[in-house]
Amino acid sequence: MSQSSFPHRHLLGIEPLSKGDIVTILDLADTFATISEKPIKRVPTLRGKTVINFFMEASTRTRTSFEIAGKRLSADVISLSASGSSVAKGETLMDTAKNLDAMRPDVIVVRHSSAGSPHWLAKNLSCSIVNAGDGAHEHPTQALLDCATIRREKGRIEGLTVAILGDITHSRVARSNIHALGKLGAKVRVAGPRTLLPEGIDRLGCEAFDRVEPAIEGADVVMVLRLQSERQARGLIPNTREYARYFGLNARRLAAAKPDAIVMHPGPMNRGVEIAPDVADGERSVILDQVTYGVAVRMAVLYLVSGAPEPDGG
Amino acid sequence: MDAVVFRKVRAIDPACGLDALVDVVVEGGRITRLGPEAAKGVEGERVWEVGREGAWLLPGLVDLHAHLREPGQEYKEDIASGLAAAAAGGFTDVCAMPNTSPVNDSPAVTELMLERARTVGGPRLHPLSAITVGQRGDALCDLRAQRDAGVIAMSDDGRCVTRSDVMMSALVAARDLDIPLVQHAEDHALTAGAVMHEGAVSARLGLRGWPRVAEDVIVARDLILASYTRSRYHLAHVSTRGAVELVREAKSRGLPVTCEVTPHHLLLTDAALLGYDPLCRVNPPLREDDDVAALRAGLADGTIDCIATDHAPHSASDKGYRSEATRASKEALLAAAPGMVGLELCLPLLLELAATGALPIARVIAALTSGPAGVVGMEGRGLYEGARADLVVLDADARRTVDRGALRSKSNNTPFEGREIRGRVIVTMVGGRVVFDESARAEKNR
Repeated sequence: MSQSSFPHRHLLGIEPLSKGDIVTILDLADTFATISEKPIKRVPTLRGKTVINFFMEASTRTRTSFEIAGKRLSADVISLSASGSSVAKGETLMDTAKNLDAMRPDVIVVRHSSAGSPHWLAKNLSCSIVNAGDGAHEHPTQALLDCATIRREKGRIEGLTVAILGDITHSRVARSNIHALGKLGAKVRVAGPRTLLPEGIDRLGCEAFDRVEPAIEGADVVMVLRLQSERQARGLIPNTREYARYFGLNARRLAAAKPDAIVMHPGPMNRGVEIAPDVADGERSVILDQVTYGVAVRMAVLYLVSGAPEPDGG
Repeated sequence: MDAVVFRKVRAIDPACGLDALVDVVVEGGRITRLGPEAAKGVEGERVWEVGREGAWLLPGLVDLHAHLREPGQEYKEDIASGLAAAAAGGFTDVCAMPNTSPVNDSPAVTELMLERARTVGGPRLHPLSAITVGQRGDALCDLRAQRDAGVIAMSDDGRCVTRSDVMMSALVAARDLDIPLVQHAEDHALTAGAVMHEGAVSARLGLRGWPRVAEDVIVARDLILASYTRSRYHLAHVSTRGAVELVREAKSRGLPVTCEVTPHHLLLTDAALLGYDPLCRVNPPLREDDDVAALRAGLADGTIDCIATDHAPHSASDKGYRSEATRASKEALLAAAPGMVGLELCLPLLLELAATGALPIARVIAALTSGPAGVVGMEGRGLYEGARADLVVLDADARRTVDRGALRSKSNNTPFEGREIRGRVIVTMVGGRVVFDESARAEKNR
């Protein structure tokens, strides 16, 4: 599990990773997961390293998770958001980022509403870049934590059938998961209303359905995506009530999945819209386990991109 | 200087059916002799011999679609630098789009631009008027006054005239003034927030797509309106197979419809966006292989009349990302300004494309000379005795690669860096006056 088996300075997305790279991260995350279960939740692995969380879009889970991940590895973690930074004064992203880079951080974790912005930063800055979500493009650590959760619950990923339901067009979680699960050998189905299924998504290697029932049929994992209320304003769905009735995951629809199927959601949830509360809180739900695993996965990612020596604690 | 002589050059003007090794003599701003051995005996101290034997001599190129940024955005380009770039690219006539600041919706702006161009003394500048005041899509500009001030056509450029009633009035005005209406065909309601072509690549990249139908639906409506008013309608930068087919069908009915295509839409597809390169962001967006094939076929069969550069200089910061997390449109992407420079690379990119056999060379040359000249009704140009000496001489076989740093434009936003191109302009001449001389002898001999 040394860094030499992970040949990337940045984590910009899942698409450029090999299956081996993903397995390296997941294996290391399993090791780091034990740290969070100890009374003293800190190891000195990244002591002396500086991580900047540069979040230009609202986030609770991801930002906190990266912050905790960095701190549990003893890195110095600084978090910035758009409203409290000079971006609010009209500075360009590139100028803000170059100023941060000039303070010599080891890693900048970036979230931005523009797809591709981490790629642009990686080309122009000297530190490592970790993509924490870029527009509707990728959210690689979410897919990695989803894979880690599935692997732990199911013991494997290869050969599983995973149904991803909801707004595929605007979902970076969907794209990263299509790549990650596909590389690990799962069969991926995506399903949602036609207006929220992008033309050509099947060319990423998944099967697309415009109804959720056939996607859920026999699935091992049912992953539900958040429906943003903005979609209604743009006329892509008539209203959330109708969406819930035809596309929401409820107990009746879930019954078509395998009896031991698990239910996932990247959060934040709209209870009663894309997912019924009893399903979200039911015994098949692993939604909070995803969040727990998120910390371990991000510890692994920060470790691998930051160029630290071999982990000296388990 | 009494005469300029081009000896044993390959003169090509498809509009006159000319492609031959000839001598050409220019005197008093006009071509006075053209033919084999026509320059025999024309020599002496007062004669300037230009180009080597076998160099190509073409009518000066005409660009129907350039953004010269003056007045208002001189940090990107100004009329002097834009015309210098045009001259270096072999253009003798450049049509300037009205999306300046202020917008060219009044004779004051037109007159200012023409005055600047006169001072510069390079290629001719032909301003276009906006169609509506401020390009806002409602009240028409004073188009009659604009025509009298010297505009050659009208366009709201990057803003499509979407209201059908406004379009109808504008088309009637175009017919009355006998100038073409140039439409940027984009149903903005279908392209809100879009940064690239809608297709498999946009799905992969998670970027909001600009579907082909947003262009096609406007072209279809416009052709119906233009057929009703019998106006001259010119479609700017056609980018889809559907739009090419609509224009082809309209032409078959004899409508006075014309259209243009850009070099980048003939050469690139949306796959160029895979690395999120902001230099590949352009409007309309780069499409797919099938569209490129349709555009090339349309150019070859004459459905597409001309090649226009859509020269759109932007500074590096306009092309970078802005932190626009607070903007209403969350997928502002690449908040990069769309567009790329084109005046200096247009001819060499297309000569290379023609050399690969993808397009007939005669069609490429016609689409850069007589094609655009015909759209806006420029007369008296071409390669024949008595024509105005608007000429370009080039070494057509010179191979090189694109070097962004060497461009004369103030901006160098082009995605073609490092690409193989063909042909080097030796001299560009406007009405017998040298506006570009590769060997920089222009100053000495002027």
